[in-house]
Amino acid sequence: MTVATSAPSQPGRSAATRALVRGVGRDTWTLGLIGLLIALFVLTKMIQPTYGSSQVQNLATSILPLALAAVGQAIVVISGGIDLSLGSVMALTNVTAAALLVGQTPEMSVAVVIGVLLLGLVIGAINGSLVVLSRVPDIIVTLAMLFVWAGAALLVLGTPGGAAAPWMRPLTSGSFLTEWLPRALVVLLIFVGVVWLPLRRSRLGLSIYAVGSDRLAAFRSGVSVGQTKIAAYALTGLFAAAGGLALTAATGIGTPIPGPYTLLSVAAVVLGGVSLAGGRGGLLGPIIAVYVLSLVRTDLTFLGIDPNYSTVIQGVIMVGVVMVGAYLTLRRQRA
Amino acid sequence: MTSKAGAADGNRSPWLTAGAWRRLFRDQPLIPLLLLLVVLLVVLWWIRPSIINQSLFINTIRFAVPLAILAACQTLAMLTGGIDLSVASVASIAAVVMATQAPTQGPVVAIALALGLAAAIGLVNGIGIGIFRVHPLIMTLGMGLIVFGLAIVYQRMMVSAGATVPPEVVTLASGTTFGFIPNVLLLFVPLAALIILALRRSGFGRLLYAVGDNEVAARLSGVRVWSVLLTLYVISSLLAGVAGLLYGGAINFVSATLVDLYLLPSVAAAVIGGTSIFGGHGGYSGSIVGAVILTVMATLLNVMQVPEAIRQMLFGAIILVVAAAYTRITEET
Repeated sequence: MTVATSAPSQPGRSAATRALVRGVGRDTWTLGLIGLLIALFVLTKMIQPTYGSSQVQNLATSILPLALAAVGQAIVVISGGIDLSLGSVMALTNVTAAALLVGQTPEMSVAVVIGVLLLGLVIGAINGSLVVLSRVPDIIVTLAMLFVWAGAALLVLGTPGGAAAPWMRPLTSGSFLTEWLPRALVVLLIFVGVVWLPLRRSRLGLSIYAVGSDRLAAFRSGVSVGQTKIAAYALTGLFAAAGGLALTAATGIGTPIPGPYTLLSVAAVVLGGVSLAGGRGGLLGPIIAVYVLSLVRTDLTFLGIDPNYSTVIQGVIMVGVVMVGAYLTLRRQRA
Repeated sequence: MTSKAGAADGNRSPWLTAGAWRRLFRDQPLIPLLLLLVVLLVVLWWIRPSIINQSLFINTIRFAVPLAILAACQTLAMLTGGIDLSVASVASIAAVVMATQAPTQGPVVAIALALGLAAAIGLVNGIGIGIFRVHPLIMTLGMGLIVFGLAIVYQRMMVSAGATVPPEVVTLASGTTFGFIPNVLLLFVPLAALIILALRRSGFGRLLYAVGDNEVAARLSGVRVWSVLLTLYVISSLLAGVAGLLYGGAINFVSATLVDLYLLPSVAAAVIGGTSIFGGHGGYSGSIVGAVILTVMATLLNVMQVPEAIRQMLFGAIILVVAAAYTRITEET
């Protein structure tokens, strides 16, 4: 934004250059992340020369639930909220799918999957409505709902159990066209693309960014703040449900205890360049951030370092990147 | 509920209008909270009269006190508009360090090491939040991850050394004096009094409210915001360390995930206690009652033999209802 306002005052630059500068300025963070990811892949290849396509496929499969969670979290954070109940919603949709998929015909199992996605949408809409109606801060409402949805997951399945549809596992593992393109990544990009790309340019997408950027200004420009927030939470619920289904596909069962997805998704969102203050960032950054965080874990394993250090490194990366980002912003403000 | 009953009374007597009740509850959030606590105890007594006895009192205090100390971390951080999500990891690592160092170093050195480590973690939090202006949620979340990982690795390294909670700490956390005063109160009452007084009377307390209410105004009035935040997060981590030692003593067991279960309840206790997450409004006395309410509620649900699933759902619903009630009371006047 600072780039956009300062660019016209600099003479001797063509419109194309200015557009380029503006585009790069906006996406520097994502480009930096891609650079980091490539560097990490090179590093991995150097540490472990046998690292190849099948490992890339496994990586994509294992991070699919977290990637979907991060995308969901990113949407609600862009709208100026935060969803601490995301992990519980994933657990609830995970067990619901696993419980309903036992002994289903392929046709019925597709219906179940669609039903679970709709369930996620409804759960998200409930979260959003509670935030809007109660006027309690997002973080408190979703903190309370974390317990509610986790309890609901335990009601559905008291102990791990259930089953996945036979077609779910092949859908999220292996490769597509070339062995270097993991099928899980394709599924992820298609799902995100189908849901988000049409939305982003639409009235709702703009409203989500507007509400996140400045609630009052959005309200005064005629945006319905309440409805937009509910829609953003509903979308988060949809992605959480997709993440829950990915868990079902990956494990073949349903587990009623929420995984570490809530906090990790917040970490990925922050690392992915989405501002916690809302209104800024995209969905590609968080996805790349999930890859970066997971690849670091892989590298540590290859290096023979205690895998428990990976949590430490993930934390250090998150804090370090944000500190550097904050430091640069501070310097720019002073300059 | 209580506010509605009050409103009905208020219609009859002209000097006790609904607004007056609302103002009373807004200025004295302790009154409805204590009423809620009494209601919970009456329900408990009604369900199982025999349970209201001395051991219920001692057990409730034993677990409410560490939760109340964790809630102090959240209350202080929330007063400045922040939050401290690293308290659970800090508390756990403090307990682990104490229990693994005590056999070789003696309890005093072990406790000093544990609290020193906690303060050092708080210092890093404070530097990130105060000087680098990182969002408190991100900073403490990241530090929480780092500390948790370190705790696991450290625990693995020390497996052969063994871990025993020093008997002195066990006595402090779960013993009683004269058979009816939990020892932990001897530590907690002065500590709580200190925190409450410091918030109300000391310059630092006022600075916390000032920073949370309007950071820009505070800075323009000459407050060194960074040093306030730095001090705050060091204090918060120290308190978390103390809470961790008490949990270790109360359960007589330590692990890197010992306190994880109490992270979100500590936030809930502060919220129920009437501290605003946006900063500038609230106090510690409410958080203490909030911690007691949550502990009694856990006992109640346990006694009623409510399944774990329903218990969690009720827990969430109650946090939401209390928070929503507060928002109404404080907003509409």
